[in-house]
Amino acid sequence: MTIDLPFIWAGLIAFAVMAYVVLDGFDLGIGILFPFFRKKEDKDVMMNSVAPVWDGNETWLVLGGGGLLAAFPLAYAVILPALYAPIIAMLLGLVFRGVAFEYRWRTHRGQWFWNLAFAAGSLVAALSQGIVLGTLVQGIPVEGRAYAGGWWDWATPFSFMTGIAVAAGYVFLGAGWLVWKTEGALQSKALRIARNSGLATVVAMGIFSLWSPFKHPEYMERWFGWPTVIFSLIVPLGVLCFIWLGYTGYKRCDGPKLFFSALGLFVLGYVGIGISFYPYMVPHSLTIWDAAAPDDSLSFLLAGAVVLIPIILIYTAYAYWVFRGKVRASEGYH
Amino acid sequence: MFDSFSAEHLARAQFAFTVSFHIIFPAFSIGLASYLAVLEGLWLKTKDEVYLELFNFWKAIFAVAFGMGVVSGIVMSYEFGTNWSVFSDKAGPIIGPLMGYEVLSAFFLEAGFLGVMLFGLKRVGPKLHFLATLMVAVGTLFSAFWILSVNSWMQTPAGYGINDQGQFVPTDWWAAIFNPSFPYRLVHMVLAAYLTTSLVVGAVGAWHLLRKTAPRRASKMFSMAMWMAALVAPIQILAGDQHGLNTLEHQPVKVMAMEGHFESHPDGAPLILFGLPDQDEQTVDYALEIPKLSSLILKHDLNAPLQGLDTVPRDKQPPVAIVFWSFRVMVAIGFAILGLGLWSLYARWRKQLYDSPWLLRAAVVMGPSGFIAVLAGWVTTEVGRQPYTIYGLLETSQSLSPVAAPAVSASLTAFIIVYFTVFSAGVFYIFRLMDKLPRETDDEIADAPIRTATGLTGTPKGGAA
Ligand code: HDD
Ligand code: HEM
Ligand code: HEM
Repeated sequence: MTIDLPFIWAGLIAFAVMAYVVLDGFDLGIGILFPFFRKKEDKDVMMNSVAPVWDGNETWLVLGGGGLLAAFPLAYAVILPALYAPIIAMLLGLVFRGVAFEYRWRTHRGQWFWNLAFAAGSLVAALSQGIVLGTLVQGIPVEGRAYAGGWWDWATPFSFMTGIAVAAGYVFLGAGWLVWKTEGALQSKALRIARNSGLATVVAMGIFSLWSPFKHPEYMERWFGWPTVIFSLIVPLGVLCFIWLGYTGYKRCDGPKLFFSALGLFVLGYVGIGISFYPYMVPHSLTIWDAAAPDDSLSFLLAGAVVLIPIILIYTAYAYWVFRGKVRASEGYH
Repeated sequence: MFDSFSAEHLARAQFAFTVSFHIIFPAFSIGLASYLAVLEGLWLKTKDEVYLELFNFWKAIFAVAFGMGVVSGIVMSYEFGTNWSVFSDKAGPIIGPLMGYEVLSAFFLEAGFLGVMLFGLKRVGPKLHFLATLMVAVGTLFSAFWILSVNSWMQTPAGYGINDQGQFVPTDWWAAIFNPSFPYRLVHMVLAAYLTTSLVVGAVGAWHLLRKTAPRRASKMFSMAMWMAALVAPIQILAGDQHGLNTLEHQPVKVMAMEGHFESHPDGAPLILFGLPDQDEQTVDYALEIPKLSSLILKHDLNAPLQGLDTVPRDKQPPVAIVFWSFRVMVAIGFAILGLGLWSLYARWRKQLYDSPWLLRAAVVMGPSGFIAVLAGWVTTEVGRQPYTIYGLLETSQSLSPVAAPAVSASLTAFIIVYFTVFSAGVFYIFRLMDKLPRETDDEIADAPIRTATGLTGTPKGGAA
């Protein structure tokens, strides 16, 4: 039996992107929520609740992009030009919010500006990522070895919808995290936001599921054809379970429950999309095997990934463990 | 904003702009991360509080610089795809895995332990905290290792084959990673990062010695920095010389441009100290030359023949003036650093290291020079390899994405505006942090004048402004 390296790598990259979405998702969500909390102390707490881990969270994005370049260079070379504007917008958004983590503590007079940069940067990054998702679902035309569409092809009602959907989901994740990590008035407010954004997320997932089958006949077939229809039944069931989890979390003001409910919804949505995409790396143009780098490249990096990713997971978990428990405004070295 | 330029020129300008910004921060954080590890190690060993104070002082500065390095780096890793998609498709099977290793072995390590290092001292205790600091430092070095391997592979490709799709595919990973220019580039760059950092630390130390803020702390860092500069500068010049010899072997055209040799010299080439290269006429105007010295440096023989750019077709020549000048800027700064190092040794020997005002002032002025040398060095390297992205194999003009000029010019404009706003603010905050070395406790400063109620004295250590 030969090992299907491209398949393994597709799985690994899917994992990296998934990890990115849920991890950076919650800290982007907190950024988006920044303007909703007026008190400086609340903002301090919100930021401190993610300050020690945000850089690690964002590194998964670098792994997603870098992994794509390594394992599927052709897909990388097609997807990024196709998504030129949203990618640049995302990068600039990430610049603003990334530096805000330090700058905000370095000035009194200019603090409002970095508060704004943190919120706007997070929002722009979240919307752009959602638009990227929508564009992939729409499909990307390829001719030869290059992107063959126009510069504004990504901008459709559908992709704007996915942009908003992803941002809503991130807010839900962020609010769940805040309920988990904070106390008092801040926590009560986060709880209300979690409820509203949770509802919004579920509605958005519904719209997405009803709309995307019409985007391409293959999705229709995938969703209602045998045997994949099994998933079309399992996934909604799972969604119901996580909605229930979120509901009880809300009733008991239980942060972890809310957070894992949001996380579960994301994973399920993600799995659903994965099933719809398979076997494409660039939907409807390039399959996993079309786009893959030669086996020598894949096996070389896989050898390292197999050893290093578990280690990374261990020390990442350790870093989260070190900063467990409720966060207070005075914490941090600033 | 850039209407008259082609997409290729804009993409090149954009890459040069963003990577030049990026490199400034790693050059500093590679050095500073190691310095922090040394400070913490010394604190644990000697229990002398001065090291802890310095550690905390530089840690805050590190956090700001590191943040800027991270965000500008993330831009880099996507820019290969947005602007150089053909290059990415072709070179991806080789440079992709190397950058993948950088992410897995370096970026996660830095990011994972950065939080513990910045926020965790009270939570994990000094020993584990020291481990976190070490991991961050090691991470920055791993990062330099892999990315320089990538860059060097583009300069001196090895261990590859070319497949039916025109992609570069690996045949020998060892040869690809340890390609001919990599060891030289790695050594030269890591030393550059250490030198750059030592100059910054030295300048801050000197500044506070001049202002008598906290004499003990300031003299500690000044002394450490001057040792570093004095010891590393000569090694760096040697490493640079070796690097150049290696380049002569693998990229002779780049060296011709660095030297300004338009003509071939069959019996001994002169060293052109200064002059104005004119590429259209293929001459160097107003050249100030030392006969035969170039042959001596490059071939260790006064009369060795050296070929010039007259052996290279015009469209395969790099832009000579840029390479010529950037190289001279780097070398001049290298010798200036050496001068500073020697001066400090002399002052140390005279036991006047901390109270030679002119030495201190010189150290302040030299503070940013490492950054300039780093940028100049990279410009030499990168412009000198034109017109190729993969030397001798893939031309820059064939590496480009199928992007339209307006898209690139819009994004370039956005990058310029955002980077200047964001990074000037960062540099401003760093300067402010550097200015606020906490004062020493009463008995420590018994002999220093105490400033009253200016608002500065009341600031708690490391507090926000
Ligand atoms: C503090 C920084 C610094 C200093 C003082 C020097 N350099 Fe340098 N130099 C670099 C920082 C640097 C660099 C930024 O790190 C480069 C760019 C790419 C690289 O590998 O190193 C570089 C490149 C570079 C190259 C280009 C090699 C190539 O592209 O193939 C040569 C020949 C030298 N250096 C030689 C020297 C010499 C003879 C120096 C003596 C004074 C010197 N450098 C001082
Ligand atoms: C190690 C990582 C680096 C890689 C992989 C890399 C790669 C590239 C690539 C792909 C290009 C675009 C094609 C071209 O114009 O040649 C380029 C151009 C350029 N890079 Fe680098 N680069 C690196 C580091 C740097 C650094 C640190 C600088 C700092 C000054 C720099 C300066 C430039 C300049 C000035 C150009 C434009 C050259 C020209 O178009 O004439 N590079 N580099
Ligand atoms: C085109 C070339 C380059 C790319 C694509 C690139 C990519 C990146 C990325 C994605 C990050 C952020 C990592 C994180 O999330 O923690 C980063 C940071 C870093 N890069 Fe680069 N980089 C390039 C050039 C260089 C060069 C030439 C060096 C040094 C020799 C370097 C050294 C570092 C270091 C030490 C960091 C850690 C952050 C910091 O020190 O500020 N990079 N780079």
